[in-house]
Amino acid sequence: MNVNQVAENLALSHQEELVDLPKNYPLSENEDEGDSDGERKHQKLLEAISSLDGKNRRKLAERSEASLKVSEFSVSSEGSGEKLVLADLLEPVKTSSSLATVKKQLSRVKSKKTVELPLNKEEIERIHREVAFNKTAQVLSKWDPVVLKNRQAEQLVFPLEKEEPAIAPIEHVLSGWKARTPLEQEIFNLLHKNKQPVTDPLLTPVEKASLRAMSLEEAKMRRAELQRARALQSYYEAKARREKKIKSKKYHKVVKKGKAKKALKEFEQLQKVNPTVALEEMEKIENARMMERMSLKHQNSGKWAKSKAIMAKYDLEARQAMQEQLSKNKELTQKLQVASESEEEEGGTEDVEELLVPDVVNEVQMNADGPNPWMLRSCTSDTKEAATQEDPEQLPELAAHEVSASGAEERPVAEEEILLREFEERQSLRKRSELNQDAEPASSQETKDSSSQEVLSELRALSQKLKEKHQSRKQKASSEGTVPQVQREEPAPEEEEPLLLQRPERVQTLEELEELGKEDCFQNKELPRPLLEGQQSERTPNNRPDAPKEKKEKEQLINLQNFLTTQSPSVRSLAVPTIIEELEDEEERNHRQMIKEAFAGDDVIRDFLKEKREAVEASKPKDVDLTLPGWGEWGGVGLKPSAKKRRQFLIKAPEGPPRKDKNLPNVIISEKRNIHAAAHQVQVLPYPFTHHRQFERTIQTPIGSTWNTQRAFQKLTTPKVVTKPGHIIKPIKAEDVGYQSSSRSDLPVIQRNPKRITTRHNKEEKL
Amino acid sequence: METAPKPGKDVPPKKDKLQTKRKKPRRYWEEETVPTTAGASPGPPRNKKNRELRPQRPKNAHILKKSRISKKPQVPKKPREWKNPESQSGLSGAQDPFPGPAPVPVEVGQKFCRIDKSRKLPHSKAKTRSRLEVAEAEEEETSIKAARSELLLAEEPGFLEGEDGEDTAKICQADIVEAVDIASAAKHFDLNLRQFGPYRLNYSRTGRHLAFGGRRGHVAALDWVTKKLMCEINVMEAVRDIRFLHSEALLAVAQNRWLHIYDNQGIELHCIRRCDRVTRLEFLPFHFLLATASETGFLTYLDVSVGKIVAALNARAGRLDVMSQNPYNAVIHLGHSNGTVSLWSPAMKEPLAKILCHRGGVRAVAVDSTGTYMATSGLDHQLKIFDLRGTYQPLSTRTLPHGAGHLAFSQRGLLVAGMGDVVNIWAGQGKASPPSLEQPYLTHRLSGPVHGLQFCPFEDVLGVGHTGGITSMLVPGASEPNFDGLESNPYRSRKQRQEWEVKALLEKVPAELICLDPRALAEVDVISLEQGKKEQIERLGYDPQAKAPFQPKPKQKGRSSTASLVKRKRKVMDEEHRDKVRQSLQQQHHKEAKAKPTGARPSALDRFVR
Repeated sequence: MNVNQVAENLALSHQEELVDLPKNYPLSENEDEGDSDGERKHQKLLEAISSLDGKNRRKLAERSEASLKVSEFSVSSEGSGEKLVLADLLEPVKTSSSLATVKKQLSRVKSKKTVELPLNKEEIERIHREVAFNKTAQVLSKWDPVVLKNRQAEQLVFPLEKEEPAIAPIEHVLSGWKARTPLEQEIFNLLHKNKQPVTDPLLTPVEKASLRAMSLEEAKMRRAELQRARALQSYYEAKARREKKIKSKKYHKVVKKGKAKKALKEFEQLQKVNPTVALEEMEKIENARMMERMSLKHQNSGKWAKSKAIMAKYDLEARQAMQEQLSKNKELTQKLQVASESEEEEGGTEDVEELLVPDVVNEVQMNADGPNPWMLRSCTSDTKEAATQEDPEQLPELAAHEVSASGAEERPVAEEEILLREFEERQSLRKRSELNQDAEPASSQETKDSSSQEVLSELRALSQKLKEKHQSRKQKASSEGTVPQVQREEPAPEEEEPLLLQRPERVQTLEELEELGKEDCFQNKELPRPLLEGQQSERTPNNRPDAPKEKKEKEQLINLQNFLTTQSPSVRSLAVPTIIEELEDEEERNHRQMIKEAFAGDDVIRDFLKEKREAVEASKPKDVDLTLPGWGEWGGVGLKPSAKKRRQFLIKAPEGPPRKDKNLPNVIISEKRNIHAAAHQVQVLPYPFTHHRQFERTIQTPIGSTWNTQRAFQKLTTPKVVTKPGHIIKPIKAEDVGYQSSSRSDLPVIQRNPKRITTRHNKEEKL
Repeated sequence: METAPKPGKDVPPKKDKLQTKRKKPRRYWEEETVPTTAGASPGPPRNKKNRELRPQRPKNAHILKKSRISKKPQVPKKPREWKNPESQSGLSGAQDPFPGPAPVPVEVGQKFCRIDKSRKLPHSKAKTRSRLEVAEAEEEETSIKAARSELLLAEEPGFLEGEDGEDTAKICQADIVEAVDIASAAKHFDLNLRQFGPYRLNYSRTGRHLAFGGRRGHVAALDWVTKKLMCEINVMEAVRDIRFLHSEALLAVAQNRWLHIYDNQGIELHCIRRCDRVTRLEFLPFHFLLATASETGFLTYLDVSVGKIVAALNARAGRLDVMSQNPYNAVIHLGHSNGTVSLWSPAMKEPLAKILCHRGGVRAVAVDSTGTYMATSGLDHQLKIFDLRGTYQPLSTRTLPHGAGHLAFSQRGLLVAGMGDVVNIWAGQGKASPPSLEQPYLTHRLSGPVHGLQFCPFEDVLGVGHTGGITSMLVPGASEPNFDGLESNPYRSRKQRQEWEVKALLEKVPAELICLDPRALAEVDVISLEQGKKEQIERLGYDPQAKAPFQPKPKQKGRSSTASLVKRKRKVMDEEHRDKVRQSLQQQHHKEAKAKPTGARPSALDRFVR
C-alpha cells in the first residue's frame, strides 16, 4: 500500500517519464487492449520496480524530529486524502496579525474575477476610428456655412484675403510730402497763405464766415418785415375779439348772410371753372346734412324753439319762424339723390344708351345663359324689325359705341350733357321759384342761412328733373319696344340660332353692316369682320363635337370658302394704275366674274382639304394588327378572320397629342420633329433640376453681347473663379472667416496622429 | 401733331418744347457724362442719321400749306442726366440731388424680359429654387440695364401727318422733297434706264449700297447716298434677281441659266451650276445662307461662307417665283400657284407649314421685321395680312383694283404694294401693329410697271425698280432711326467691315437651327430626355429617381411591433391610393366640363321645340 502510494507520487512528479514509458516498453502495448484497471496496476508495478532500480531511486525523507529546516522536497501529503491549500500553509498554528494583511490581499485577489480577454486588434481600431470620426466631424462642421457660402458665391477671387488698400488721409499724404520744385513751392505757399483746406468742404474759413454773414441792409429789411407781420397779426386778433363781443343778433345774422352769399357765388364759379373742387364742396354739404341729422339742431327741441312754440298760437311771426326752422331741418336732413355730378352723368349716359337699344335686346342679353327658344326667335325678329324701322345707321353706331343724334324722339348723350349744363346755368332762377313753392310766402323774404343748403336744394331739384325725364323716355322706349312685339313675324331660320346664342347683338349689327356696305362706305367697321369669321369657323366644330366626320369636313369646307371669299372692301387709292381706268364698280364686278370663271375648274379648297386630310392620316400613329388568318380556323381561299378575333388581336396605338392645326382649317402644320435642331438642344437635365421647365427658365435669358448691354454682358459672363497671377493661394484659415485660432489648432493634430487622441479619450473614460 | 408755325396761325403749343430740347450749355468743370457703352447701341455719328425729314424750312412756309412733314416728336429730356460723379461730391461736400441709380419705368423694363412667368413651375427643391431665383434676378437686372440704355437711342422716327381731315396719300413726292432739307431731298432720285428693261433691286444690310439688275442683263452696284458707282456690267443674259450677300462686296445675280456671284468690282467670282434657272434670291444674313428658288421647283440653300449646298428641297409645286424670308426666324416663305404659302427650313424635307391664302395663285409675299405679320397678294386681287403667331389667320383683307404684284415691309412695319405702275404704302398705328389697309399712307405713280420693291434699311427711303429704271422715294417713318453700330453700321469703314465680317462668321448660326420658333433652342429636348431616362432605367434595373417606398420609423415602447409597422405602411399606401383616385376623378370632371357645349343649357321648354 505504501509502496503503491509512493509510486503514485512518483508518477505524478515524473510525468514525462511516465509518458515515455509505454514507448520504451513495447510489452505494455499488448496490455493496453486489456482492462484499464489491470493496466494501471500493471503500470504501478512497473514503476515500483523501476524505482527499485539504483539510479532512479529517490530517498524518501522521513521526518523524525522537529526542526526549523524543512526541505521543500521532502514535503509530502501522505496520509491525508485532501489537497493542500495555500492558505493552510500560511496559516500558523496561532493566528498572527502580521499575516492578516497578506491574507486579506490574498482573499481580494481571489474574489476578483478573471481579467477579460483584450478585444482583438481590428475591433479596437474600429472603435478608435469611430470616435475619431465623430470628433473630427464635430470640429469640421463649423466650416459648413463657409463652404456653402463659397459654393454659392457668384465669384471667388483667390487669394481670398483681400489687402485693404490703405487709404491714408490726404492730410497725412500732404504732410509727408515736400514741395521740391519751384512750382510746387509756389502752390504750397498760396495754399498755406489762404488757409486753403485740403479736405472737404472746399471752403476757407474766411469764405465760410463771409457766407454766414448777412449784409446789414438785408438784416434790417428782414427785421422790418418780421415786425410788420407781427403787428398785422395783433391787429387782426384785436378785430376778431371786438367782433365777437358784439351782442346784436341782427348784426351776426347779416354777417352770416353775407358769408353765405359769398360762399354761394364762389361755389357757382367753382362749378364752372373746376368741377372737381366743386365736388369736394358738395361733400361738405353732405357733411352738414350729417351734422344736422346727428344734432337735430333745427328740430323744435331747443330752448328757443320751445319758447316759439308757446308763442306761436298768438304771434304770427313766431309761427313763421317756427315753420321756417322746420323747413330748414327738412332740407338739411333730406338725403341727396345723387352723390356727385359725374356719377349722375354716367348714369344718365348709360340710361340713354339702354334706351336707345330696344328693350328686347336687353332681354336677350340677360337670357343669354339660359335661352328660351321662343323668346330668342321673337327677339331676333324684333331686333330686325327695330333695325329696319329705325335709321339704318343706328345699329352700327351702337356697335361702335358712338351714340349720336339720329331720331327726333330719342336724345343722345351729348345732348343730355348739354342739357345738364343748361340746367346748371339756369339753376339760380329755378331754385328761387322752387324755394318759393316750398316755403310759404312768408319765408320768401328770408334766404337760407348757409350757402351749402342752397346748393343742396338746387342739386336735388336738378336730379329730380333728370329722373322725370328719364322715366318719360323709358316709357317712350318701352312703348316703342312693344310695337314690334306686337308685329312679331315668323321665327328666324334655324341656322342662325347657334350664332345668335353667342352674341345676338353683334351679329345682327354686322349683318346690317353687310347690307349697308353695298351702298355706303364703311371703312371703320369692316375690320372686325374677317376676325369674326375666323372665330366662327373655330366655333362651329366645337359646338357639335359628336357630329359625323364627313359633316364636319363639309363644315370646314364651307368655312374655308367663307374665309376665302370674304367680301373685302376695295381700296380706293388716289392713283389708279393706268391700265384700268374704268369705273371702279363695274371693273370690280367684272374682275370678280373673271376670277370666278378662271378658277371654276380647279377647286383650290378641295385640294387643300384633301392634302390636309392626308397629312393628318399620315401623322396618326398606326394600329398593329396581329391576327393570323387561318389560325385556329379552317384555311382556304377567301379566308376572313372573324371580327371578334380581329378585335382581340388589334393593338390600338395610343392617341397622340392633338395636332397644332386642329382648329385651323386653312393651315397644315408639319408635326415632324426637326432632329437636326434637336441635336443642339439640351438633352440631360443638370443636377439640381428635376423638371425640364425649371431648367428652361434658367436658360431663357440670352447672355450674349448682342442682346445685352455691355455691362450686363460682362456681369453675366464673369468667371466663377478668379485667380490673381503671381499670388500664392493659401488654404483658408480660421481667422479669415472669423473663428478663433485655438479651435483651428487642434484640427491638424488630429489629422496627424489620430491614435493619440483616442488613447487620451480612453483614459478619460477610465477616470 | 407737330406742325411748323404757319404764318396766319398762332404758335402751336409744342413750340416751347423745342426750346427745352436745346442743349444745355456745358461748363468745363462739369464732367461729361460718358454714356455707358451699351452693346445694343454704340456707334459713331448717330445724330447724322435720318435727319432728312426734320423741318428745316424758311419761315415763310407758303410752299406747303396743307400739310406739314415733321420728324421727331420732342420728348423733354429728364434733368437727372446731369449726375455728378461720385468723386466730386465727396470732395466738395456737395450732395447728390438724385441719389441712387436712375429709376426705370416698369413697362420699359418689361419689354426686355424673356422669362415667361405666367407658366407655372412644378414644385422644386430649395436648391433648385435658389437657382431659379438667381436666374430671375439676373434677368430683371439685365432688363433694367437694357431699359436704361434706351436713353441712348436718341433718334426718333419720322412721320408724315396731314392737317385735320387731309389725306396724306395726296401728298406727292415733290411736296415732300420741297419740305425737307437738302440732304434728305437728295435721297429722292430717279434713274432713267429705259434700255435694259424692268429692274430688280436690292439694298445692302447697312442700307448704304444699292444693287440693281435689269431684265436685259444690266447689273450695277452703287453707293446710293453718295451716288458713287461701284461697278456696272452687262452680263449678256437675262437677269432675274439680284441680291447682296453678307456685305456689299459680294453680289449674287440670278441669271438665265445659272447663279453667278460677282464682287463689287464687277468681277465674276463664281458660277454656281447647281443652282440653275433661279428666279428669286433671298439671303439669310445670320446663317450665311443664300436661298434660291428655281423654275424647276427646287428651293436650294447655299452656304456662302463655305460654298456648300446645305439643302436642296423639292417644293413639288411647280415653278417657284414668289419668295420672301421671315427676318425673325429665317424661315423661307414660298408662294404657290394653288393659293398656298409654304414655310421652309433647310433642316426639313417638307414644309414646316402650309397656309391656304388665296383662291388664285399667290403673286407676292412679304413678312414684317418682327415676324408677326405676313402680307400676301393673289391673283384674286386680294391683299391679306396674316398673323404668323401660331394662328395663321387673316387679320385684314382688301381687294385691290388691280391686285398687288410686289409687296415689301419696312423696318417699322409699313407695307408697300406695287400695283401696275403705282405703289401704295400703308402704315399701322405703331411699330408692333399691322398696317391698316383702309387708307393708304402714301401713293406714287411711276413711269412704268413695278418690278421690284424694297425699303432701304435705316433710311426713310423706298427703292422701286420698274421698266423705266429705278426710283428712290421718300417715305417718312419707314425705317428704324437708331442703328446698331456693331451690327449694321451705315458709316463703317473698310476696316470695320472686315472686322465685322470675321465676327459675324464666328457667330454664324448653323443652318439646321432654322425652325418656326427660334427660341426653341432655349428649351430642353423632352423627347430625348425621356428616352435617356428610359434607357437608364433599363440599364440599372431600377429607377434611380423613383420615390423610395415608405419605411416606417422605428418607435419605442412596443409600438414598433410588426403588426403596427404593417398598419402604418398600409395607412400610407391607402392615402396615396386615395390621392390618385381623387386626381383621376378631377381629370374626368375636367373632361366632362370641356366636352359640354358651353352655350346651351337645357331648358324645360326644350320639349316643345319641333
